[in-house]
Amino acid sequence: MSAVNRMASRRRVLRGMMGGSAVTVALPFLDCFLNSNGTALAATGQELPVVFGNWYWGCGLTPGRWEPAMTGKFSGPLPPEIAALEPFRDKLNVYSGMKVYLDGKPPRPHTSGRQACQGGHVPGGEGDSEHASVDSLISEVVGKRTRFRSLEAAATGNPRDSVSRRSATVMNPSEGDPAALYARVFGPEFVDPNAADFKPDPLIMAERSALSAVTDERQALMKNLGATDKARMDEYFTSLRELEGRLDIELSKPAPLEACTVPDEVASHDINNKGYSGVEIDSVIERNKLFSKIMAHAVACDQTRVFNVSFSDSQSSLRKAGDTTTHHILTHEEAIDEELGYQPRATWFFTPIMEGFAYMAQELANIREGDGTLLDRSLVLASSESGLAKIHGVENLPLLTLGSAGGRIHTGMHLQPKGDAVTRVGLTLQQVMGVSTSSWGTGSMKTSKAFTEIMV
Amino acid sequence: MRNVLNFGTAPASRRGLGKFKSVLGGSVIAALALAGCAPAETEMAVMTEQVSPDVGGPAVVRRLTRHQYRTIIGDLFGGSIVVGGPFEPDVRESGLLAVGASTVSIASTGLEAYTKMARNIAAQVVDSEHRDMLMGCAPAAVDKPDDACASQFLSRVGRYMFRRPLTDAELQDRVAAANESANIRGNFYLGIETALVTLLVSPNFLFIHEASEPDPQHPGLERLDAYSKASRLSFFLWNNSPDEALLAAAESGALHTRKGVEEQVNRMLASPQLESGVRAFFTDMLEFEIFDTLSKDQVLYPKFNFTLAEAAKEQTLRTIIDHLLVKNGDYRDLYTTPNTFLTRELAAVYQVPLGGLSKDWIPYEYPAGAQHAGILSQVSFVALHSHPGRTSPTLRGKALREVLLCQKVPDPPGDVNFTIVQDTANPNFKTVRQRLDAHASEPMCVGCHKITDPMGLALENFDTIGGYRASENGADIDTSGSLDGIAFQDALGLGRAMHDNPATASCLTDRVYNYGVGRQATKSESEWLKASVLKDFAANDYQFPHLLKRIATSGPFFRVNQPETSETAQEALASAATNVQ
Repeated sequence: MSAVNRMASRRRVLRGMMGGSAVTVALPFLDCFLNSNGTALAATGQELPVVFGNWYWGCGLTPGRWEPAMTGKFSGPLPPEIAALEPFRDKLNVYSGMKVYLDGKPPRPHTSGRQACQGGHVPGGEGDSEHASVDSLISEVVGKRTRFRSLEAAATGNPRDSVSRRSATVMNPSEGDPAALYARVFGPEFVDPNAADFKPDPLIMAERSALSAVTDERQALMKNLGATDKARMDEYFTSLRELEGRLDIELSKPAPLEACTVPDEVASHDINNKGYSGVEIDSVIERNKLFSKIMAHAVACDQTRVFNVSFSDSQSSLRKAGDTTTHHILTHEEAIDEELGYQPRATWFFTPIMEGFAYMAQELANIREGDGTLLDRSLVLASSESGLAKIHGVENLPLLTLGSAGGRIHTGMHLQPKGDAVTRVGLTLQQVMGVSTSSWGTGSMKTSKAFTEIMV
Repeated sequence: MRNVLNFGTAPASRRGLGKFKSVLGGSVIAALALAGCAPAETEMAVMTEQVSPDVGGPAVVRRLTRHQYRTIIGDLFGGSIVVGGPFEPDVRESGLLAVGASTVSIASTGLEAYTKMARNIAAQVVDSEHRDMLMGCAPAAVDKPDDACASQFLSRVGRYMFRRPLTDAELQDRVAAANESANIRGNFYLGIETALVTLLVSPNFLFIHEASEPDPQHPGLERLDAYSKASRLSFFLWNNSPDEALLAAAESGALHTRKGVEEQVNRMLASPQLESGVRAFFTDMLEFEIFDTLSKDQVLYPKFNFTLAEAAKEQTLRTIIDHLLVKNGDYRDLYTTPNTFLTRELAAVYQVPLGGLSKDWIPYEYPAGAQHAGILSQVSFVALHSHPGRTSPTLRGKALREVLLCQKVPDPPGDVNFTIVQDTANPNFKTVRQRLDAHASEPMCVGCHKITDPMGLALENFDTIGGYRASENGADIDTSGSLDGIAFQDALGLGRAMHDNPATASCLTDRVYNYGVGRQATKSESEWLKASVLKDFAANDYQFPHLLKRIATSGPFFRVNQPETSETAQEALASAATNVQ
């Protein structure tokens, strides 16, 4: 009986809610309208939220073919391997010349570079694991009031292709099928912020309250666990809290969002469906397009403020139909054409890759909010795990951003602090997005040097 | 299908048992009954062995694998309950997903997916089609809560799901949730649905928690508690949660006696569920989850599709079950046996004339002189460890070392010059061997390629999907090679070398133990495995059921000791886990 009593107080709020038929539980942010120019909410003058995107691909770019000739404010045509970003040049920043410091740890090809850029830490051996990724640290700050703390997708169709990690023990797996991502975001649980009426779902209401039974298991579970298992269970209960938060949002009437529209439903592109291979470039391009659209609409409808899209796996297993070799194999085995000065077949893949990033940006730019677009209040990082993939190089890793996070950074800049640790970019992104931290990274990659010169 | 809830008529046959019946008939039960009644002296040797009480390792917390989740739901509620996805990807550590399961947690996305699955399952359980069969009681009024019926159902289901009786608080919380939800939703069954969701998303269900207690036979030391022993046995031998008899044996304390453990292990080894358990072990060890995302170039290899991939896995698992369980054969002969099973799709890849038009699996014995023998020449090995458009002796050799011999092959170094292996159209380097030889002559590459390529090249007669070929680009393929000093001419010779390699059996012994305890063996356990279990395996003609029994009835299998050195490592991991500076 004591358990029932214990729960009674916890459930009082919901019981109260159930008395009325139309229920409104105002959340701190979602209770007001946009002002006339769409940049702020009329009631409070609060700015529209900033959005962080993380777009990833494997096997780098060719050194010398993606960095603008000038540093600082760049001008002239963009270098060939990032030429697809020309329509967004004013919103682009290029970060070059930085490297991964291994501090004597053995390099793991196609892995160490990702770990360093995304997590600021390259694990050195048994018991030493990857750290939380930048997007995850940012979602801790900006993602708490949306249905989804973050959303992840992999254009390869493989859920394991994700660079997002909440901790050593939790990787945030990707959605591989655009239809599945669509169903998660815009399925039956989606509450249209512009709908005239709102009625909370009794199933969700009952479930939200009942979850306290699971929360109550925590104390007994934690008893007698070692440090590692305790951390793992903590992670579970963090996920549970996030689930409860999601249900709370689904039970609340959202504020109207003029730019929010539901995209057309998407057919399954599962890799086991006929005609959709995992890593064949045409399938990957198609999935990236669909994911880009869904992510942009999810952000416009304030379902999430952080998203991750992996265009390829770290090793870039992309390939053309009918070809015996993959992008990865080509980077290693194809000879450098003496006249061209690069590997033509391997380099071919960089065109659809950068077009994929441009497509993502275009979907954000297609959504108009007042005088600007969704891309303006976003900051989207595109990065890879190697410099020159041919030699598994972890120097001069390509890092690009699009958008200014609502005017928080200057754009159109090329920053080239040669030899500095790549973690400078991750630190800058965190600070721009509001994470309270003055340094980031481990060992020689610990840095407190954010790119203050571009921060407004 | 165990039909553990045991109300009404049993739902349709579960696929595990159905498959078992269609594949092997009753022969496994007979063979295992024999294995379960091994000669008396062997029994004595097992049960009287004095193992130092220092041998043991820590208890673990394992996340259910997707396969376990599906099996448990199927057994609990019947095969007609649809279990949707997606599941979080399982993680491989020390060669096994079963070990990786002890290192992972559940992400927000994962719990979201589990919650949706839970809603779907719970809604099906209480729908009009299933409720009478599964509930076991009916409410006084459908539109009102009924705590008595809710309590009866939830305590019974909860016991199977948590693999122990629910505590009073756990049960009362659920009954209260059912009551409240029935009021909100105006229906008793919808209340049960909500309460069932809270069981399905509970960490006590989604993770297998092992608990320890002081061991009265070894003062100062710890052992698993009885319910944890039941789970360890059940997931080890059946890849499933404990059934009624195991739970009863835990409840009565029988699992704390040698006799009680032995009775249960003999029963489990003689059960048809053993096949599911052995399939699960080899599916894990042979990395078959890679098939989920494996694709081959459809222009070059149009024969490779989802059906062929599924058949490839099944061929190897059938070969293994037939050899290890039905025939009680020597594990090492899996690398040489000419006996297998084929479908028409597979026969087309292997270019084997298969009589008859049946769509079923047909037992097949390769004739003397055929290049196919043993599981290494099967699609499940050669296609799994190849590129989408071409073979890779290096990947195959690496898999052979790491998966089957438990040897670690170092990662390739940075700054490698691969230009020598570049051009498949180079007239000087027509075959993979010629191109690799050229590459591996680089001083910095030669070390690692020496330990992978000589055995990988012996499989070059099998193309990237496992089809047979005698030549490449018009040049004859040279399949000669060597493994740890044993030279051979072809895949058959490689199979014999694997059979004779001492690491083959010791690797299996380690993997089976690690799989059973859900972690890597501690130093003391490794020494014991080598000095005692492996010898015993050899003395019993490398019969797999004997190895299972030897481990499942051993003292160390249930002993809980803190590891010798990993405390610091654990702390480092924990600090990394919470490090979000």
